[in-house]
Amino acid sequence: MDYKNTLTTCTYCGCGCNFFLESLDGRLTGTIPCKTGPVNEGKLCIKGWNAHEFVQSDERLKKPLLRKDGELVEVSWDEALDFTATRLKEIQKTNGPDAIGFCASAKVTNEENYIMQKFARAGVGTNSVDHCARL
Amino acid sequence: MIDQVKQKINELLSQGSVKGVVALAYAHGHAGPCLFQKGDDLDALCLGDEKKAGDVRYPLNKVLITLARQYPDDVFGVLVRGCDERGLYGLYRLKQLEPDKVVPIGISCPRDLALACECKKPWPDDMTAGEAPNEKESGGTEQKGVQDVEGKEQPERFDFWKDQFLKCVKCYGCRDICPMCFCYDCSLECEDLVSKGDLPVDIPTFHLVRAMHMADRCIDCGLCDEACPVDIPLRLLYKKTAEVMNHEFGFTSGINKNEISPLSLMGPMPEK
Repeated sequence: MDYKNTLTTCTYCGCGCNFFLESLDGRLTGTIPCKTGPVNEGKLCIKGWNAHEFVQSDERLKKPLLRKDGELVEVSWDEALDFTATRLKEIQKTNGPDAIGFCASAKVTNEENYIMQKFARAGVGTNSVDHCARL
Repeated sequence: MIDQVKQKINELLSQGSVKGVVALAYAHGHAGPCLFQKGDDLDALCLGDEKKAGDVRYPLNKVLITLARQYPDDVFGVLVRGCDERGLYGLYRLKQLEPDKVVPIGISCPRDLALACECKKPWPDDMTAGEAPNEKESGGTEQKGVQDVEGKEQPERFDFWKDQFLKCVKCYGCRDICPMCFCYDCSLECEDLVSKGDLPVDIPTFHLVRAMHMADRCIDCGLCDEACPVDIPLRLLYKKTAEVMNHEFGFTSGINKNEISPLSLMGPMPEK
C-alpha cells in the first residue's frame, strides 16, 4: 500500500498555487489544496481542483501527431521536429520572419517561455510573440 | 497531547491491529495528510495547529474513504477531532465506511477554536488526548452567526445571501474539500439543475441544492468556509440548515453513533 501526497505547484497559470497531488499505489486519486501555501492558502480555482484529472486521461496525446494525406498519424519526435524545422525555415525564407508567430504557454516554466521568445526574436527574427492567457 | 497520539499510533501499528493510520505530517515544510504504516518514523506527525489551533486541518475522513474503497478488508486508524468523529458516524450511517474497519484516534479542540467554530461538541466520544470540557466551559453551543443573520429583516437577509452567492466562481471547492461529499454522480454537475460553464452561478439553485444535500450530512467542520476563494459563509448556511433539521426532527448529524436520518426514511418510522 503506497499512499502519498506530493506537494507541487499548479501548472495551469502563473499564480503558483500549491497543492498536494494525492496518489494511491502509483495512480493519482485527487488534488488537495495546501493550506500553508502562501499564494493560495488552501483555496484553488476549478482548474486547480481538477489538476489530477488529465494526467491519466485516455484522451491524452502521448506521441506527436503529423497530418499525412489529411489524416493525423503518430510519428516519432525526430520526425515531428525535422518536419517543423524544415517548414519553419521554408516559410521564413519565402514569406519573411513576420509570417511566423509564437504562442507561449502558462503551463511551462518562466525559463522555457524565455527560451521560446528568444528563439522567436533571435532565431526566426520576429516580435510576434503572444500568450495563451490572452485568449 | 502529541506524545499521547504518537504512543497510540505506535501501539496500533506495532500490534498490527491496523494496516495504517491516516493523520497529518510535515514534509517539505508543510503539513499535509499522510498514511503512517508500520516502521514509519512518527517524528513528522502533527495535529494541524500551525499559527493557531486547528488552522491546518485536512479532510482525513475523505482520505480514509479513498483507502477503504481500494482496500475494503483492511482496518485503518484515523486522527479525529469532534467534527471528524461526527463525520465518521455519518459515514457509517451512509454506508461509506464500516465501523469495524476504523479505529479513531480522538483529540479534543481547545476553547478558542471551539468558540471560533461555534462548535456544538468540540471533542470526540472516543478520546486519546485532551479532555472534554463541560458544556458551560466549552461555550461553543451559542450559534451567534446564525442568530445575527436571523436578526435581519427578510429583504436584507435576501440581499445578503444573493450578494454572497453572486461572488461564487463555481470552483466546486466546497464540494471537493467536503469529507461528507462522496457521491460518484453529483447533482451540482446535473445540467438540468446547474448550467455548465456559465457564470454567474445559478442563483440560488447551486448553493441551495448543496445546502439541501448537506442537511443531514454536514458535520460542521468548516473546511468549506476555509476552501472558498471568495469567502462565501457556507458554514453559516449549513448551520442554519442543520438548525432546521434539529428543530423539526430533533436530528443532529453525527452527534449520536447510531442515529437514523429523517431524510433517509421511506414510509413509517421504524420501531426502535
